[in-house]
Amino acid sequence: MALNGVLRPGFVQVRVLDMAEAIVHYRDRIGLTLVSTESDGRVYMKAYDEFDRHSIVLRECDEAGLDLMAFKVCSEASLDDFATKLAAGGYEVTTVAAGEQPGVGRRISFMAPTGHRFDLYAEIELSDNGPMTNNPDVSQLDPQGMKAIRFDHCLLYGGDIDGTKKVFEEILGFSISEMVVDDDTGMIIALFLTCSNKAHDLALVRHEEDGKLHHVSFLVEDWSSIGAAADIITRYDVSRDIGPTRHGITRGMTIYFFDPSGNRNEVFAGGYHYYPDNPLRVWKASSVGKAIFYYERELNDRFMTVVT
Amino acid sequence: MGKAAFRVSVEGSDKVITCLADETLLKAMARQGISNIPVGCRNGGCGVCKIRVTKGEYETGKMSIKHVTQVERDDGYALACKAFPKSDLTVTVKNEE
Repeated sequence: MALNGVLRPGFVQVRVLDMAEAIVHYRDRIGLTLVSTESDGRVYMKAYDEFDRHSIVLRECDEAGLDLMAFKVCSEASLDDFATKLAAGGYEVTTVAAGEQPGVGRRISFMAPTGHRFDLYAEIELSDNGPMTNNPDVSQLDPQGMKAIRFDHCLLYGGDIDGTKKVFEEILGFSISEMVVDDDTGMIIALFLTCSNKAHDLALVRHEEDGKLHHVSFLVEDWSSIGAAADIITRYDVSRDIGPTRHGITRGMTIYFFDPSGNRNEVFAGGYHYYPDNPLRVWKASSVGKAIFYYERELNDRFMTVVT
Repeated sequence: MGKAAFRVSVEGSDKVITCLADETLLKAMARQGISNIPVGCRNGGCGVCKIRVTKGEYETGKMSIKHVTQVERDDGYALACKAFPKSDLTVTVKNEE
């Protein structure tokens, strides 16, 4: 498979209640680098192994949650092509001018049926301290905190996940790697979408309220990194949700916790590689405990219902 | 001199939460192994631990306006994870679910 069209999750813009606390959390605990603070107050960050300028944008607001998730596409031509196809599919596509975020080129933006705003862009400046390319060491800056390697994916909650599935599958070229379905009706309850070789780049769960954020996830190296993250979570009294544990879905090893504004974060490692010829993996809702938490084999209420 | 401790009664529960002066109500509850207020994100974002204070004085940290509007704040509503008791309190759980 040659990777074309949508390449990967590029950045998320997250609302935080208190910027000073958020910076400590994302920089010192998760280990992101603070790239810049702009005149409108937004703070831009990146993980140490990302080439692009930023991947996490924090915006102070009196309400927590997600402003938007953006995917990087392979070219300006591809961006135009997606704009045309989205419009033809009945989506209202708006253009965000280059420079609305520092270093980011023109974006196109649409609202998905689950009430989430997604942006696409092709151009973003390279970071000054991304991965080395000349006789490259494993890192240029010493990884800090939980040593997040990259922003990896989001899980979002909303009503019409069938509708969002349709736009991502039919227009943006994503594949479904796994899903959870109701035992009797077959209704999709949870959906794992990939535009790449990863087990998921975006996940969706059916929920009565639209536009909700379940978590923003960061990749870490391995199982011992999850343990090290757990130590940091206790050492600095970070609000923990669940883990260390493992997912049946994607097989990722994981720990979940909350940022100081209540937005859920995950650091995870491992999981399988996906290829577009892989058969769809399906979980029945009656086995969802094992699907989500492979070791506990049962869900906790907080994980299922707490969103921002 | 010990830290001031306040007693918080949750309506419908016989478990009384003892809360230190610099401690949130939700943290005090969890520390004592009590679970008469639902626990969510613990950081003011999700609204799961919403309460209404019917008696007593308290202060609050930053809470998502979506879950506790200004009108509600003026009317004694708060999130237990962001409520710092300043006297003995009586509270009612107002979980939105």
